[in-house]
Amino acid sequence: MEAIQKLQMKGVTRRFGAATALDHFDLEIAGGSFVSLLGPSGCGKTTALNCLAGLLELSEGEIILNGRAIQHLPAEKRGFGMVFQNYALFPHLTAFRNVVYGLELRRVNREERARRVKKALEIVHLEAFEKRYPAQLSGGQQQRLALARTIVLEPGLLLLDEPLSNLDANLRNEMRIEIKRIHDELGLTTLYVTHDQSEALSLSDLVVVMRLGHIEQLGTPQEIYTRPRSLYVANFMGYANQLPVTVVENSNQECVVRTAAGDELRGVSTVEGSRAWQPGQQVLASFRPDETRSDFKDSGNRLRGKVRLVEYLGKAYEALVDLGKGGQQLLVHSPVALDSGAEIEFGIARARLLLFPPENATPASSAAMAPRAEESAIEGRR
Amino acid sequence: MAQQTDPVRSSAGEPGTAIQQDLQPAKTSSRPVRKRIPWGRIIFYLAIGFFVLNLIGMVGSVILDSFGHQWFTSVFPASYSTEWYTYLSGDQDIGQLIFNTLFVAIATTLLSLLLGFPASYVLARRQFRFKGALTALYMVPMLLPTLAYGIPLATLLAQIDLGTLLGSSLANVIVINVVPILPFVILILTPFIEQVDVTLESASRMLGANRFQTFWRIVLPLVIPGILTAGVLAIVRTIAMFELTFLVADASSSTLVVALFGEAFGAGIRPNQAIDALAVIYTATTMILMIIALTFVKPTQFVVRLRGR
Amino acid sequence: MAALPSTSARRPRIAWSALLLSLPALLVVLVLFIYPFIFGFNLSLQDVDGSGPTLVNYSSFFSDPAQIDTIRITFTVALPVTIFTLAICTPLAYFMRQGVKFERLITILLILPMTLGTVMVAQAMERYFGPVGWFNQLLLWLHLLSSPINMLHNWLGVEIGLFILGFPFVFLLLVGYMSSINPDMEKASRMLGANIWQTFWRVVFPLSLPGIMVAFCLNFVANFGVFATDQLVGDPAGATHVLSVAAYDAFSNNNWPQATAISLIMGVLELLVVVLILWLRGWIVRGSVIGGVKGA
Repeated sequence: MEAIQKLQMKGVTRRFGAATALDHFDLEIAGGSFVSLLGPSGCGKTTALNCLAGLLELSEGEIILNGRAIQHLPAEKRGFGMVFQNYALFPHLTAFRNVVYGLELRRVNREERARRVKKALEIVHLEAFEKRYPAQLSGGQQQRLALARTIVLEPGLLLLDEPLSNLDANLRNEMRIEIKRIHDELGLTTLYVTHDQSEALSLSDLVVVMRLGHIEQLGTPQEIYTRPRSLYVANFMGYANQLPVTVVENSNQECVVRTAAGDELRGVSTVEGSRAWQPGQQVLASFRPDETRSDFKDSGNRLRGKVRLVEYLGKAYEALVDLGKGGQQLLVHSPVALDSGAEIEFGIARARLLLFPPENATPASSAAMAPRAEESAIEGRR
Repeated sequence: MAQQTDPVRSSAGEPGTAIQQDLQPAKTSSRPVRKRIPWGRIIFYLAIGFFVLNLIGMVGSVILDSFGHQWFTSVFPASYSTEWYTYLSGDQDIGQLIFNTLFVAIATTLLSLLLGFPASYVLARRQFRFKGALTALYMVPMLLPTLAYGIPLATLLAQIDLGTLLGSSLANVIVINVVPILPFVILILTPFIEQVDVTLESASRMLGANRFQTFWRIVLPLVIPGILTAGVLAIVRTIAMFELTFLVADASSSTLVVALFGEAFGAGIRPNQAIDALAVIYTATTMILMIIALTFVKPTQFVVRLRGR
Repeated sequence: MAALPSTSARRPRIAWSALLLSLPALLVVLVLFIYPFIFGFNLSLQDVDGSGPTLVNYSSFFSDPAQIDTIRITFTVALPVTIFTLAICTPLAYFMRQGVKFERLITILLILPMTLGTVMVAQAMERYFGPVGWFNQLLLWLHLLSSPINMLHNWLGVEIGLFILGFPFVFLLLVGYMSSINPDMEKASRMLGANIWQTFWRVVFPLSLPGIMVAFCLNFVANFGVFATDQLVGDPAGATHVLSVAAYDAFSNNNWPQATAISLIMGVLELLVVVLILWLRGWIVRGSVIGGVKGA
């Protein structure tokens, strides 16, 4: 399989009947990079992956690999490696035979096959399990076997469809590191689909946040995390606090807003067009619970409220705080335990209070695309 | 009981029981807890037992009669002999009958599997507009009385004289039996194919296999249990198929069950015991195949479920 | 897979490969099932000597009171035993659902009649239920009877035969349907204070009604088409002269037009009943049971 210099998805659209799962999806993947498609179920990430794999035909658009259009090429001819969410290991074949499957199809000679399989199994640390059947392997081992099966073919592109979602928390961390290690070792261009933002952040060079078939935001993990450009992305990345505020003053550096309770806060906005905000405009102030602070040294924003509920998260206590007038509730982190009913003061740095125009931005599963339609479409192989 | 009526003594002696005494409500007499009679279970076992016993009695009396010498009104025959089997073999060509029966069963099954497997695959994997209608169409023969479609088909086969066309009158028998066996096979196979994870086929394609290779290396090995199940059940079922074979068979292409009917129907002319001998041979053939079937297949598979539409 | 243009207008996609794969089976159904009906229909419009088209086969059937009676007889043979079988099997299946020892053994024993088939069962009945058979002998010995019951070569014989053949099938079918009802339903009912019978009548029975109707349908189909059992342990020339016997009589007399006419009448009648029952079932299902049955 030829190495990827550049892989482009241009205007890729996929419809299922009247519904559009993927709408004019544009993405460029540089060779050797690790790209994540991030979003809740129904956002189109799996559709995009399957279109790229060749398992789904495009309703519109092109896929261009190193300058060559390949959208008409069937999946078996594209030479991409794919690891499925349920691993799709062939239950009637041993680990060895699973891995050698692709090599047999390519008429590689016997010694070469054995050598390459051995090497692939070594990379994933499964050398001792050659003769085992998938059912005799643990979840983590199955996952690694699925990986070995694809990397033995030295594909130009590796596609991963939520590979860690079936594993328990500890195993997930372990396998995440494995995937990263393998990616670094082999330098494979990788496209990774997930709904877990921590996975996307830790593994990727580029994160693509998707929503209802569109790309909502595209950027490095740092960008996506610290500067989400829409309420949808902010919500998804954990900016759980949203406070309706009114614009008081709007300058180049920062924006001054007032809460319903009368507190004045200073924040910034990443949204296009925020420069044009006028005093009196209603916007939403968004910030992360884990970035709230109890010190106000940098004369950051200060808010006051009454604690309603406290949960212990391990690394901090998370309190549900009533702001009083207007019935606003916020989540606040504290290093010390708090009593229900206690009054607390907390702050948030100016640069970390992000302002967004109000919109309906729940990233929870949308009405548009039921994943079921995608599955049955793959079955129908249309 | 002593403890209950004499709390003072026991509380002094054993602290454990003292606590127990405190918690128990004061009772003057101890009533044993009445065990609930499992009426349901009793009735169930009685009913099933009754049915099964009668069944064993039915089959048993046939077997006994076939080996019986002078059995008139007593509980058991006066003596035993194999004379009726000798008699029978003079009357019927047992070997030919057994051969026909097995040949028809196997041929019908193979044919139905060959035709039914692709149809099942489509039903299991694809969604398309006419799927419901197609499924219904396959299943209609199982919803009609056998003679309702048997007589027109038998008439047709007689008119085009398929027997001479294909060189053996067994052809007629096989062809007519395919009509109900094909839906039967489809009904059993489809769930088996559905159980094969569809992503396995996608994975195979991603590894470079084309449709045929995917089918041959992945799908087929995984549905072999289903094919075996369907095949074995179909064979057992075909052996017992009477009406259709009855309509088209001639003397040389008769099967065990048809010969049995013929003998039983002419009960006045033939001695009972000879008929029973034939019945025993038929039963033995069926039982042997059923036992073979049960090694592959769960008993409940014998009852094919027509999923409600 | 042939390459399709990426910008396709709303062209209806015909699943060619699906069609191709289904073709053999479809052909068989068409040639060996549909076509014979058409052929038979044409034939039924002919007269014995080949002239036609004529309605004589149908008219002679419907004008002959004995022949019309055949329809009534067939229903009086098929209906009672079906109702009886369902009535017995439903509670029994309910008990079995709660788990039973020797389940596998019981299942194996029960499929015996099905695998043996109609002819063998009838023949065994001849021996066992005959005037000197073990059944009568036992009842006489127990003094439950003063003279042997005549249960062969009459209506009762056919009913017993059909019951023996139908019971295992219906029973196992119902066990299957009942076990697909979420057991939590019954637990909830019991927690709310209902005893076993109340739970059965108020919860399990309504939920399993669709399944019961399917079982009824299938059993009725088998009983309506009774032939071998009728010939061997019934009274085919008299009290149990059912439609299939009438059709076969015509067939064996080489009156093929008449034979196919009767078969068609039989088929149509039975399909009507099936459609009626399935429609009833659909009507019941639509109104309730959502969430009550796992993946029905």
